[in-house]
Amino acid sequence: MNVLTIEHLSKSFGSLSVLKDISLKVSKGEIVAVIGPSGSGKSTLLRCATMLETMDTGSLSYCGEYVCQHDASLNKSVYASQQKLRDLRRMFGLVFQNFNLFPHYTVLKNITDAPICVQKRDKQAVIEEARNLLREIGLADKENAYPYQLSGGQQQRVSIARALINKPEMVFFDEPTSALDPELTNEILKTIRKLASLRITMMIVTHEIEFARNVADRVIFMAGGVIVEEGKPDDVILHPQNPRTQTFLANLKK
Amino acid sequence: MLLDLLSGLVTSIAIFLLTLVFALPLGLVISLGRMSKRGFLNIPTKIFISIMRGTPLMLQIMVVYFGPYYIFKIPLSSNYRFIAVIIAFSINYAAYFAEIYRAGIESIPIGQYEAAHVLGYTKCQTFFKIIMPQVIKRIIPPVTNEVITLVKDTSLSSTISVLEMFTIARQLSSAQTSMMPLIAAGIFYYVFNFIVAYLMEQLEKALNYYR
Repeated sequence: MNVLTIEHLSKSFGSLSVLKDISLKVSKGEIVAVIGPSGSGKSTLLRCATMLETMDTGSLSYCGEYVCQHDASLNKSVYASQQKLRDLRRMFGLVFQNFNLFPHYTVLKNITDAPICVQKRDKQAVIEEARNLLREIGLADKENAYPYQLSGGQQQRVSIARALINKPEMVFFDEPTSALDPELTNEILKTIRKLASLRITMMIVTHEIEFARNVADRVIFMAGGVIVEEGKPDDVILHPQNPRTQTFLANLKK
Repeated sequence: MLLDLLSGLVTSIAIFLLTLVFALPLGLVISLGRMSKRGFLNIPTKIFISIMRGTPLMLQIMVVYFGPYYIFKIPLSSNYRFIAVIIAFSINYAAYFAEIYRAGIESIPIGQYEAAHVLGYTKCQTFFKIIMPQVIKRIIPPVTNEVITLVKDTSLSSTISVLEMFTIARQLSSAQTSMMPLIAAGIFYYVFNFIVAYLMEQLEKALNYYR
């Protein structure tokens, strides 16, 4: 079954065309890494998929339920109702590059506030689950700390827990280690590997090529707003076929 | 003398408190209008703020007080004086507070909105649960400035002879041909502001549990 289905997605900012006719499917339990140079559109792709940007044309659906559908007569995508979109947001979690934790909430409240106040889930059950998650990511003793009291790596682990609390069908990572130093980067990559071993469906936009090769089932290389090459990690990263991919990977090795 | 001054001080405190009660929420509403992308909201609020900041408060008090009579020939009742002062102070301070709110709201990183959006918070929840608490913490220093200025500005009510502390001090001073009432009033203003500054500092400390 496909958790995420994107068909013919195009997106422009003014006259700048950022994504050109992207189609993409992610099946349950699959781990997809998206790599590519800056400005290739990989972050915009992820922002369209998580409804932070609206797409101009094309369709987007989670588990068969449409976020937006292409309307051929209007030649643009038509989004579902606000209420429906709010429900569909529970299907996925997103981990930001800059964590974006709420500084005035404790670690526990950062994780539990949305499920309790927005999704109206049972308070005790949510807190219980949050404590389990904190234990898994090794922050059981930090539930009453505020974000400023944590290292970048710890903050990012909290934001991973926040993305997981509603048991989403899929988790997106937008360059989760780009704001971290090498040591903390490893800390986060280890956490993501742990999620990968649980077969949580993930799409990871990253610059960590080795990590992408190790953890992903499929690697997508994007450049200039299109998917240039995709396939098994070893094929794309070790034996790229497209010259654009070859240049990008060769430049990284220098 | 002191009793007269103290009764005036009560009026000054009333002006001060009522102005805050009206101007703080009104300022927030104006700042939201000012930040709106809709022209019919942001253009009038921008003009309003510009006029309120660009003309003397003393003049505004007189316009609010005498306007109904000169323009509409409505006879002035004596208790309208106090109401006029509250109206003039509230709209004037709301304009300043609006700009402080705006600076505070615009300083919150876009990522906070995006995180809230992805987590499913409605716009209203995002604003009141996520954004405003952080805004309040950030704007306390400039708001303290305004609040302290307000304590001193209450003396401008003497323009239309509202019997607050400054009006009374001036009357006593000329009746007694003495500096003492003015000096005593000065001390009262200073103590008033000292307490206000102390309370604002406590509030700032109370919000220091996060950064």
